Amino acid sequence: MSRLQVITPNTAQMVIESLYRDLERRIVASPPGLCPVDMAASFLKLCHAQTCGKCVPCRVGLGQISQLLDDVLEGRADLETIGLIEKTALVVRDSADCAIGYEAANMVLKGIHGFGDDYIEHIEKHRCLYSLDQPVPCVALCPAKVDIPGYIALAAQGRYADAVRLIRKDNPFPTACALVCEHPCEARCRRNMIDTSINIRGLKRYVADHAGVVAVPACAPATGKRVAIIGGGPGGLSAAYYLALMGHTVEVYEKRSELGGMLRYGIPSYRLPRERLQEDIDAILSTGVTVHKNVEIGKDITLFELTQQFDCIYIAIGAHADKKIGIKGEESKGVVSAVELLRGIGDGVMPDFTGKDIVVVGGGNVAMDCTRSAKRLGAKSVTCVYRRRKEDMTALVEEVEGAIAEGCEMLCLQAPVEIESDEEGNAAALWVQPQIISSIGADGRPRPRQASLPMQRIPCDMVIVAIGQGIEIAPFEEYGVPVRRGVIDAMDSSGIENFSGIFAGGDCVTGPATAIRAIAAGKVAAANIDEYLGFHHDITVDVEIPAPRLDDRPPCGRVNLKERPANERQNDFEMMELGMTEEEAVQEAHRCLRCDHFGYGVFKGGRMNKW
Amino acid sequence: MVNLKIDSIDVCVEENTTILDAARSVGILIPSLCYLRGINEIGACRVCVVEIQGLERLVPACNNVVKEGMVVYTNSPKVRKARRTNVELLLSQHDCQCAACVKSGNCSLQKVANDLGILTLPYEKKVPETRWSRKFPLFRDAAKCIKCMRCIQICDKVQSLNVWDVEGTGSRTTVDVSFHRNIANADCSLCGQCITHCPTGALRERDDTQKVFDALADPDVITVVQVAPAVRTAWAEFLDIAPEQATEGRLAATLRRIGFDYVFDTNFAADLTIMEEGSELLEHIKNPKDFSFPMFTSCCPGWVRFLKSQYPEMTGHLSTAKSPQQMFGAIAKTYFAKLIGAEPSKIYCVSIMPCVAKKHECALPNMNDTGCERDVDVVITTRELIRMIRSEHISPQLLPEEAFDSPLGEYSGAGVIFGATGGVMEAALRTAYFLATGRNPYPDQFAFARIKEGWAEQEVELLGNTYKVAIASGLGNARALMEKISRGEEQYHFVEIMACPGGCAGGGGQPIHDGQELAVSRAKMLYALDQNSKIRFSHENPEIKWMYDNFLGAPLSHKAHELLHTDHFAWQMPQKEQVVRKNQL
Repeated sequence: MSRLQVITPNTAQMVIESLYRDLERRIVASPPGLCPVDMAASFLKLCHAQTCGKCVPCRVGLGQISQLLDDVLEGRADLETIGLIEKTALVVRDSADCAIGYEAANMVLKGIHGFGDDYIEHIEKHRCLYSLDQPVPCVALCPAKVDIPGYIALAAQGRYADAVRLIRKDNPFPTACALVCEHPCEARCRRNMIDTSINIRGLKRYVADHAGVVAVPACAPATGKRVAIIGGGPGGLSAAYYLALMGHTVEVYEKRSELGGMLRYGIPSYRLPRERLQEDIDAILSTGVTVHKNVEIGKDITLFELTQQFDCIYIAIGAHADKKIGIKGEESKGVVSAVELLRGIGDGVMPDFTGKDIVVVGGGNVAMDCTRSAKRLGAKSVTCVYRRRKEDMTALVEEVEGAIAEGCEMLCLQAPVEIESDEEGNAAALWVQPQIISSIGADGRPRPRQASLPMQRIPCDMVIVAIGQGIEIAPFEEYGVPVRRGVIDAMDSSGIENFSGIFAGGDCVTGPATAIRAIAAGKVAAANIDEYLGFHHDITVDVEIPAPRLDDRPPCGRVNLKERPANERQNDFEMMELGMTEEEAVQEAHRCLRCDHFGYGVFKGGRMNKW
Repeated sequence: MVNLKIDSIDVCVEENTTILDAARSVGILIPSLCYLRGINEIGACRVCVVEIQGLERLVPACNNVVKEGMVVYTNSPKVRKARRTNVELLLSQHDCQCAACVKSGNCSLQKVANDLGILTLPYEKKVPETRWSRKFPLFRDAAKCIKCMRCIQICDKVQSLNVWDVEGTGSRTTVDVSFHRNIANADCSLCGQCITHCPTGALRERDDTQKVFDALADPDVITVVQVAPAVRTAWAEFLDIAPEQATEGRLAATLRRIGFDYVFDTNFAADLTIMEEGSELLEHIKNPKDFSFPMFTSCCPGWVRFLKSQYPEMTGHLSTAKSPQQMFGAIAKTYFAKLIGAEPSKIYCVSIMPCVAKKHECALPNMNDTGCERDVDVVITTRELIRMIRSEHISPQLLPEEAFDSPLGEYSGAGVIFGATGGVMEAALRTAYFLATGRNPYPDQFAFARIKEGWAEQEVELLGNTYKVAIASGLGNARALMEKISRGEEQYHFVEIMACPGGCAGGGGQPIHDGQELAVSRAKMLYALDQNSKIRFSHENPEIKWMYDNFLGAPLSHKAHELLHTDHFAWQMPQKEQVVRKNQL
């Protein structure tokens, strides 16, 4: 017998490890709409299997709760059962010796409080409140409900123009989204059950890059109805596009000199080249939409005047007002907001940062856009200052990593305290208070708290504040449009209560969000405005979707998009990301599991041919 | 054309043929359960799986098409094992109470299991509990449901009512009434198409045969039976009798053998309906200011339920004439009771219908114009009739033909075609033409109405004016027509609608032949009866004429109104669910 031994995992242990990874991926691919009580019961079984068996509450209690959950699911329970589940779970939580027990109990309690109504439905009606409304996970999670399996199948066959036409049925920004969409569609891709999600945005980009100019469908016969759209961003233009296709006369009022909204004035061109954005805008305008640029509501024309001239109005003004940090010295020269900086860049006004030390405050995607733009504007150094940890940044991981690769600094766990300025009032340094990461908040994110360390001085020539945007709401509020917590108070239908004929959607209703959510809001508004005007037009497309292949789908790695080398791309505003090769696109498209057909898709909700 | 090999046999079929059909073309009958052509092609039961050379996984033959050079095995060891196991798994959640099941002998699950020679089950049985009202005319037995989803699909795609839906997720996924409703509160038309498309006994009509047996056994009761037109086309389908022998005469003899005191024919009441409804239509035409068009037929209770739930604002457009079944009941307990000198309350009126909704119709609170609790006491479907004949061990093929009783047994050819889609329209136009012009049209003048499926419209000349009429069967078609009407895109004067595709011949109470739609072939028999009738016009039915002369007076008389017309507003129908557009974002 040796005194010590090197531990080598046995086969069973290795297989279990791989099963853990399978399960993790499987949970990722869990579709929305599953019975939460059933899922809670399943999770609890797993938790119970993890118990070491030493302590009573965990060894026995979790099993008993599990049995009670089964009683609820099988219709053997009464309302008192919920009380017994809760009481037992509380005891396990309070008396279990280790996290295996008390955290399992916490999961049960979360469920009882979070979906208690479903417990009651099971007990009283022997049925579940939930169901799979949209069984195709990518489509379910795309705010605009783009037919993703459809266009991937078309991409696999090289039918790129058809793919663009199919995308445009639900989203008139195929190119912009191909380049900058945050792709919520990929989150629960069923392919995760096998290996990794499909690179949906990458495939969309391949399609958009290779489709050429694709004509828009013909507009329906003119209805004689006139709709004004306030704001020429993704939301406003989406509504304009569909309303024009429905035969309505559409006029877009844009405050700035160019269309595109945040796609132009928020996203730098190294991510979305202007000429590529223009492809989408040109297609949208080819439906006959009239555009009035440089027109500000409340100044050049009032909302009241618009209501007199049009049958209906859609407010899609986005979120273009800057937010202040609220610290001393913020009014110093050289302190600019992200909105201001990116707006200038959007109009082609490129400030010269050569030789300057730049500090960016914030950790979101806009902060990254500013950070990386500053680098491209010639800054000597760019430092991104953030209150929490790098992993807590809301920016996409690839954006943060990209900025770092380009030589930008992430200075995390530092809270801005004061901006120091020189005698001439120019910003000279940002004073920050070091933080320590601390307890987890209700939103599940860890909060920072002040560390017992002295303040630090970060010398700089400019401070760019990127901590969020607000809504320029005054001219609408004055007219009486209801405002709640700084945003327009519109309904899910995008209508506004007691304001017949005025609709609103996108960032100005939800607060700053994503392009695809604004597009979805524009689509919703178009449908409901059409109904409001007394019509029931269908938006449809006559693209035949290829039949699914029966081939086996063995595990295969995901094709990720590459970028131009950091030391090259950091010097210009040219497109940064590289598209797939044909070989890569075909392989990636063939990975799609066609959930529109296989599984529930062939039965219900696999394809929405019109809306 | 596509060339492939199935079980080593060379097969050549057209492109887009399913593997199932390709195999069938060379005599290989791959078993299937959930598949219903054009309606349910979802590959859920995995019983029809086949092996395709080069593919690891098995594929369902029902919803995959052939490819050039494909090599298919329908009975490889892998397929055999999968098919058998999947059926065993289905049986583990099925109550398998075959001896006490209405579908025994005609059950697709039973057949597949028997064919596979499954004698024991390796799995523990976990059968869901049935929670369903025994009083509702439609019964769903969860313990027999195999979740093939056909009922959902037929109701969605053909009948456009979406009464059924998938309920729950995961292992407890089942079928139930949609939108978390109870069936009694749902806008179910009771057409029964879900029943006739169920592969097992999970869906059936409420069985009322015992009520009939009880009445037959009661010496104080006079049992009167009426047989709907379409019943005669299908009553013998599951009996040991050749189709040409299954005549109306043998049906009458069989009913008499069962013990009914009087054997009558709903066709008689159909002629009566034509007299009333035809006169009503003419009234509308003559006084266009007092009525708004269109006038809808009201003889199909499934359609009436549909209209009252989906387009309640159009209820006033229904003809006030009762359905033939209810006219019969009203006449049986008044006119006929008087003829035989019986107390109306002593008469027990049984009707045999190809229909489930009729069970609801006879129980409507205002269908009691004879002073009895109900004018029609009980309704049994064609299927229940067959069960009664079998339980009485009657062999109709051995019985001599007998005539229906008089006077409610005489009918015209116009009455018998009520059982097919378009039949009411044709019969009504024959008589309306006569009532308007005083002379008969050529009997087949309105043969345009003999559509087989879907819907049709036609312009008809009457009194020098042109009137537009329309016919539809199947509630999906009815909805399409109603949408046109309610959007004002089309204006009709007279519209006939039957809830079941093909009309009563394809009714939800008819015998079930899995995967076959028999409405058209059954309707042919009705048209043949019409052609061979000596009388082709309802107004020429001598018994009808005699009844008007001696009892009712004239069509639309006060007495006729009292007995033969009804108020469609007198009862409530659950309203349709205000569905949020499914494609909400």
